[in-house]
Amino acid sequence: MSALTNTESLESLRVAVQERLDDRRAGQATILVGMGTCGIAAGASEVAAAIRSELDKRKLEAQVIGVGCIGMCAREPLVDFQLPGRPRVTYANVKADVVPRLIEEHFVGGQVVTKLALAQMTADGIAPEQELATYQDLPFYKKQLRIAMRNCGMINPESIDEYIAADGYRGLAKALTGMEPDGVIEEMKDSGLRGRGGAGFMTGVKWEFCRRARGTPKYVICNADEGDPGAFMDRSILEGDPHAVLEGMTIAGYAIGAQEGYIYCRAEYPLAIERLKKAIGQAHEYGLMGKNILGTDFSFDLRVKEGAGAFVCGEETALIASIEGKRGEPRPRPPFPAVSGLWNKPSNVNNVKSYSLTPQIILHGADWFKGIGTETSTGTAVFALTGKIKNTGLIEVPMGITLREIIYDVGGGIPKKKQFKAVQTGGPLGGCLPESALDTPVDFDSLTRAGATMGSGGMIVVDQDTCMVEFARYFLTFASAESCGKCVPCRIGGQRLLEVLTRIAEGSGRMEDLDEIGYISTQMQQASLCALGQLTPGPVMASLRFFREEYEAHINEHFCQAGVCKGMFQYEIDQVKCPGCGLCLKVCTVDAISGEKKKPHQINPVNCIQCGACYDVCNLGAIHVRHKESLPVEAEPVAE
Amino acid sequence: MSMGEPNAVHPPAIEDPRKRAMLLAALYIAQEQNGWLKPEAIQRVAKRLELSEGEVKSTASFYTMFRLAPRGRYHIQVCEGLSCYLVDGAETIIAHVARRLKIRSGETTPDGRFSLEVVQCLAACDLAPALKVNDELYGHMTTGTIDALLEKLHQS
Repeated sequence: MSALTNTESLESLRVAVQERLDDRRAGQATILVGMGTCGIAAGASEVAAAIRSELDKRKLEAQVIGVGCIGMCAREPLVDFQLPGRPRVTYANVKADVVPRLIEEHFVGGQVVTKLALAQMTADGIAPEQELATYQDLPFYKKQLRIAMRNCGMINPESIDEYIAADGYRGLAKALTGMEPDGVIEEMKDSGLRGRGGAGFMTGVKWEFCRRARGTPKYVICNADEGDPGAFMDRSILEGDPHAVLEGMTIAGYAIGAQEGYIYCRAEYPLAIERLKKAIGQAHEYGLMGKNILGTDFSFDLRVKEGAGAFVCGEETALIASIEGKRGEPRPRPPFPAVSGLWNKPSNVNNVKSYSLTPQIILHGADWFKGIGTETSTGTAVFALTGKIKNTGLIEVPMGITLREIIYDVGGGIPKKKQFKAVQTGGPLGGCLPESALDTPVDFDSLTRAGATMGSGGMIVVDQDTCMVEFARYFLTFASAESCGKCVPCRIGGQRLLEVLTRIAEGSGRMEDLDEIGYISTQMQQASLCALGQLTPGPVMASLRFFREEYEAHINEHFCQAGVCKGMFQYEIDQVKCPGCGLCLKVCTVDAISGEKKKPHQINPVNCIQCGACYDVCNLGAIHVRHKESLPVEAEPVAE
Repeated sequence: MSMGEPNAVHPPAIEDPRKRAMLLAALYIAQEQNGWLKPEAIQRVAKRLELSEGEVKSTASFYTMFRLAPRGRYHIQVCEGLSCYLVDGAETIIAHVARRLKIRSGETTPDGRFSLEVVQCLAACDLAPALKVNDELYGHMTTGTIDALLEKLHQS
């Protein structure tokens, strides 16, 4: 492949590749296997091997390719069959042992195995399969709109050709040949794109600061140090569509006047790092990176920097220190990196998603992007849905959609007929929201007003079985352990808060502790050096605000209504509901349960160690959490 | 300085223009040789990058992925990240591995075969509860699958 020297050659390559892919689809069958981290861990490599060996055995011709994560992580391994002239059909939870059947019935026989098929992707001029849902029919996809993740799971992430065929590098070509750097910045400002790392600062304005800043060279930096528990949006984009990030960063380089950039990626993401490096190599080969990109006088190069396991490096000044090979400790801002960043030179730091959205904004224009989402939060938001929700996975939705739509429509609601309790956005530095806030629109300002934050995209749903005191304590344990220790409010404040919360969760809390929480939190918010310390109290503050009665029950009644904090509740079998099936009796390891078959059973609180095995196994909800008997019980037992 | 392996550390030549910026990459390479950062390795890196040993050690100790003590042949990292914790699995999994191997987090078995570490999110929330053995990720762990896995590793 010789380097592309102008826009026309990119365009003709795109047409040629598209034709080649169309021909391939028309003439040859393709089998696509989801090979993101989620797919591989679910056994995609074995499935792919089984497919290849089955094809070999039967002497069948097909292209077997690995694609990135399409978002339905709970349904991996996913395998798609694309037969010539037929729609692409997705099979979910594929194990190696069903591969022969899929090959036999679908590949050879042309019959969709409806029992195992999930959905089909229809295309113009191709008759849809009968009795099979389309992706648009799936509740999981109906309300989604994919821009940042548009290629994830759709193209082979290790093929620059497939990216180019999917309009790849057209945004860059448009910027380099048709727009001045200031024009690119204006377009980005006009699009209203706000940084997807969490703080939500206007991306175009940030670029402008950096462009105007004195000093050369300038640097473009991608923050791919995704470390929030329950968040894996950036990982999936890096693995599923690495070229989009490269293209976005190159456009940013052109706009701010930088020739060099760094992608700082978490070392825990080896596949993402490998694919990024491969993508950079391919871009060089095609003349889309390096000297005189597309024959213009703009040159740009990228390097991948591996982190080494420090959550605080997601903070931009700490990240820069880490690229410089130092301890990843933050420093006070200002000066902001736009003025003085890497090696004290002007540097632009953006999140993975901000960069992967950029090429589409440049290609389709600010007006198109503004048309999606709300007035102050334009475009789409990417979330990793986890916790007690049916469809765990990765979603991209227009800003302004409500939490309720995300949780119940896209996410499919709470499994096992349990009750929703709270949703945590913004990860360990965000906040939780209760049922009453479910109609809050998901955008930067509304979430902040409601008491949570947008964050970088972790969305964790918890049900009635989660104790909010313990939940807050979990995040606090995480955040305080990750404090780098440089500034006192964060280092000491986190520990003190944790002591208070632990005390409450263990049943020795006092009512004054609730004021103490407020006092320490305010100090941390006001005096900490970086966002880690400032936001560490967030989850505690939010859960205290919305679930104060749980804190008070722990303190005053020594009661944990969720049945989590040991020694602060006991289990009881509902004598009306219990049919005496004996399931609970079977799982109890300490002989605390007794009862005759087909008669209501009983739990002996003396023997019970509150392991919860019986509670989990009872399908009828006949086992309840109640106050401990030994304590005087004045309040009403917990409502169901 | 070990005389047996001169120039054993080769920071990638194409890396950054400034030596200090190569430190993390150099530490990774040094760590690869013995599985952990021996004091001699720290010395070599320091000399090579013209930094003080204290500076190198201080930086290495900041990051959790640099190991300043040896680990087992199979290093087991059990995730206690949010999803693993929420599915009520993390604690059980950690306790079970610890019981089976008779070691606690941060320790290595006397035969040097296994070491155990409780870690933050492995970013495999969809597979919770998850653990990693060296670079291999295992999801949806139960006490049963752990037993099978340990058995397999014992025999290999």
